[in-house]
Amino acid sequence: MSEEIIKDVIVRENEDYIINMGPQHPSTHGVLRFEVCLKGETVKYLIPHIGYIHRGIEKMSEAITYQQVIHLTDRMDYLSAHINNEAVCMVVEEAMQVEVPERVKYIRTILDELNRIASHQLWWCAFGMDLGALTAFFYGLRDREQILDIFEESFGSRLLHSFNTPGGLMHDVHPNFQKRTKEFITYFRKKLPEYDQLLTGNIIFQERAKGVGYMSREKAIAYGVTGPSGRGSNLACDIRKIAPYGAYDKVQFDEILMTEGDTFARYQVRMAEMWESLKIIEQLIDNIPEGDFTAKMKPIIKLPVGEYFKRVETARGELAVYVVSDGNKSPYRVKFRSPNFSNLFVMNELAAGGKIADLVAISGSLDLVIPDIDR
Amino acid sequence: MNTDMSSKIYDFSTLTGSIDAALNSWMSPGLAVLTELVIIGLVFLIFYALLGLFLVYLERKVCAVIQNRVGPNRVGKWGLLQTIADLIKLLMKELIPIRKADHLLFILAPFIVIIASFMAMGAVPFAKGLHVLDFNIGVFYVMAVSSLGVVGILIAGWSSNSKYSLIGAMRSGAQIVSYELSVGLSLMAIVVFSGTMSLSEIIESQVNGWWIFKGHIPAFIAFIVFLIASTAEINRGPFDLAEAESELTAGFHTEYSGIKFAFFFLAEYINMFIVAALGATVFLGGWMPLHIGNWEGFNQVMDYIPSIVWFFTKTFFIIYVIMWFKWTFPRLRIDQLLTLEWKFLLPISMVNILLIAFLALMHWHF
Amino acid sequence: MLNKQELSEIILKMVPEATFPEGTQLTEVIVPAEKILALAEGLKNNKETAFDYLISLTAVDFTTNMTVVYHLDSTQFRHLIVLKVVLTDRENPLVDSVSPVWATAEFHEREVFDLFGIRFNNHPNLKRLFLEDDYGFPLRKDFRDEINIIER
Repeated sequence: MSEEIIKDVIVRENEDYIINMGPQHPSTHGVLRFEVCLKGETVKYLIPHIGYIHRGIEKMSEAITYQQVIHLTDRMDYLSAHINNEAVCMVVEEAMQVEVPERVKYIRTILDELNRIASHQLWWCAFGMDLGALTAFFYGLRDREQILDIFEESFGSRLLHSFNTPGGLMHDVHPNFQKRTKEFITYFRKKLPEYDQLLTGNIIFQERAKGVGYMSREKAIAYGVTGPSGRGSNLACDIRKIAPYGAYDKVQFDEILMTEGDTFARYQVRMAEMWESLKIIEQLIDNIPEGDFTAKMKPIIKLPVGEYFKRVETARGELAVYVVSDGNKSPYRVKFRSPNFSNLFVMNELAAGGKIADLVAISGSLDLVIPDIDR
Repeated sequence: MNTDMSSKIYDFSTLTGSIDAALNSWMSPGLAVLTELVIIGLVFLIFYALLGLFLVYLERKVCAVIQNRVGPNRVGKWGLLQTIADLIKLLMKELIPIRKADHLLFILAPFIVIIASFMAMGAVPFAKGLHVLDFNIGVFYVMAVSSLGVVGILIAGWSSNSKYSLIGAMRSGAQIVSYELSVGLSLMAIVVFSGTMSLSEIIESQVNGWWIFKGHIPAFIAFIVFLIASTAEINRGPFDLAEAESELTAGFHTEYSGIKFAFFFLAEYINMFIVAALGATVFLGGWMPLHIGNWEGFNQVMDYIPSIVWFFTKTFFIIYVIMWFKWTFPRLRIDQLLTLEWKFLLPISMVNILLIAFLALMHWHF
Repeated sequence: MLNKQELSEIILKMVPEATFPEGTQLTEVIVPAEKILALAEGLKNNKETAFDYLISLTAVDFTTNMTVVYHLDSTQFRHLIVLKVVLTDRENPLVDSVSPVWATAEFHEREVFDLFGIRFNNHPNLKRLFLEDDYGFPLRKDFRDEINIIER
């Protein structure tokens, strides 16, 4: 692979053999179109085309209240829905200088980590399936169902909860929540080594993943790649460590960094993160303090005039929320800096020079969720 | 060879001989031969169709068990009629003609694939006396005829006039042509041991034990190479790059719909059966029961189980292993696939053949 | 990790015209449009600031002007800063592209162009990202779409 950065303006020659992967394609997870230029089996360059699921979330937010904005954030990166909600709630709470009860912080963090595990499980399923190990899909989903059942019991919905509200939670968690979460931790600790047996140790899988899609640390920083994809290239970018929120300052966990920077490194980061999440939940689940599930907030929330900024660590990277308020009940401008937007555009650099099969492996390892890119 | 050993095994040639005699008594010899051809053709067609249906059902059940779920269980008892429902659905689907496709080749391609597998099936020995095409170059014939299938795949990819199909067909062509060598060499291993290419004689030579046991280590190596190479030959398992759903949607048969797609689908399963049958015949004794050298008592007990049961058990065992591969392993990339063949399997097979030739000369086998 | 005082001293050396609003959550700097590229390069290359990570590049339409907002972070020191460029020309807003400094800016700038209509000089590929070419610039406050947007 050549050293110079291949920019988006690529000279299209007449003999280029261009195929489109997407927008309907089994392995681009969402509606995304890759315009791939091939020479035989090798990819010369690739251009992503997005916008197929652009819903104008930022524009819509300017017409609705802050509590309603939370429902829209669910639908951006729907696999980390809870974490997205929490970001907006925290912006509002910090702007209004409201202190949420300890109980809320603990529960929010536990739900964050459960959401992270569920998201990584789905990533693992889909990654295995993209590479051809179709059985992996069922194993991951079987275990993910346990988490979704816990969510359904407490919130009523499995994926898009909108459970957070500025000031706290919408209502208290179900009495069974603690018991079921502890059962899940014991159950999943036994199942996670099965994932390693099925995929990680398999020689075919390692050949497909090692050395494929190398991303150096400088490239990760230049393109703003965060989350497990960045940590696979030795970039310490975990917001839970840099600027802790919720109950993250009360728990011990490791930030997983790998130096190889290839697909296998990103894979290992996510697998190890699932273990770390289990550790975090274990430390918190027995110590949830009693108290209110929400702080007292006025029904109509108006932020003071000014600009507010908050970052959280979703399952895919750093989500930043930037709110400009002019004192009304709707935000004047909301900007969601989504992790997948930055993660996507490094694909050309990683995939050029490899084969089509590598393209699928790389996009699976970057773990893209397309609605987050388009918002 | 102990012919009195095989006498306990039910010989189907009594049945076929009596049908032949009956036909000859009713009509002239030429007409009798014609009638026999028609009967065999019909029996084969029906067997082919039923086998295909059954194999699709089996695959879905095996896949379900590996994936911790149940599989089809609604249509008919235990889901047995599921495949028939799928077949009716496929028959009723619209055959979408592609405007810029090469029409003649487009229609021809599935037929070539089916014809190739049909011809190969004819040479498989199902039981003692149930062997349709008993050539003295049986192994060579089956290898040659199953290679015709790749022509059908290439034609399908080319005539679809779609970039995805072309890529899939090219990949598949390269793969099949490469792995033919390893399949051939691993079959040659047993041909060297037994001294004949005729399938029925290979089976007769296993009357005192199957070649995988008699040929000990080299035969075992040849069997492993055969399993890997034949999985690649039939575009299955970790080698199903040509139809990798998650990469190229459906590879060379993307543009096919309805009954033409059903032909490709069916031919793939029948090829799996043929390859498994060939492996069972050459390495595991075909319809020959498990005999151990001169242990007469044991051998006579084994003979009571009909030969056709032996044949199908062994074949389905190999089919199960092939299905197990597919649902456990991820897919190989095209360059890794070709590296596996040219840098690993082919040298191993060639060294193995030399070793076997040496062993056969020195009679250092059972 | 530098605090607001130290950062403002370093920035004033690079761009004397910079102003620093008071009472904000993060350190904010308002620079004139023609100095943004020089400031960006300076902030990235300076050993004490090392702002090598562009978190987000966006724009806000205050009806009298449009402001391009850059959120920067340093992977080494983890201090945050906000750069703002105020553009008063609504017909033809123009500012230099910072994509030579941070590669990710190329795509954020395309999004800003798509949604606001702000053009960037020396951008390698200034095309729209989400919307069709004739759609208009939806995030501007004076944007009207009778069919798709319901005004309250």
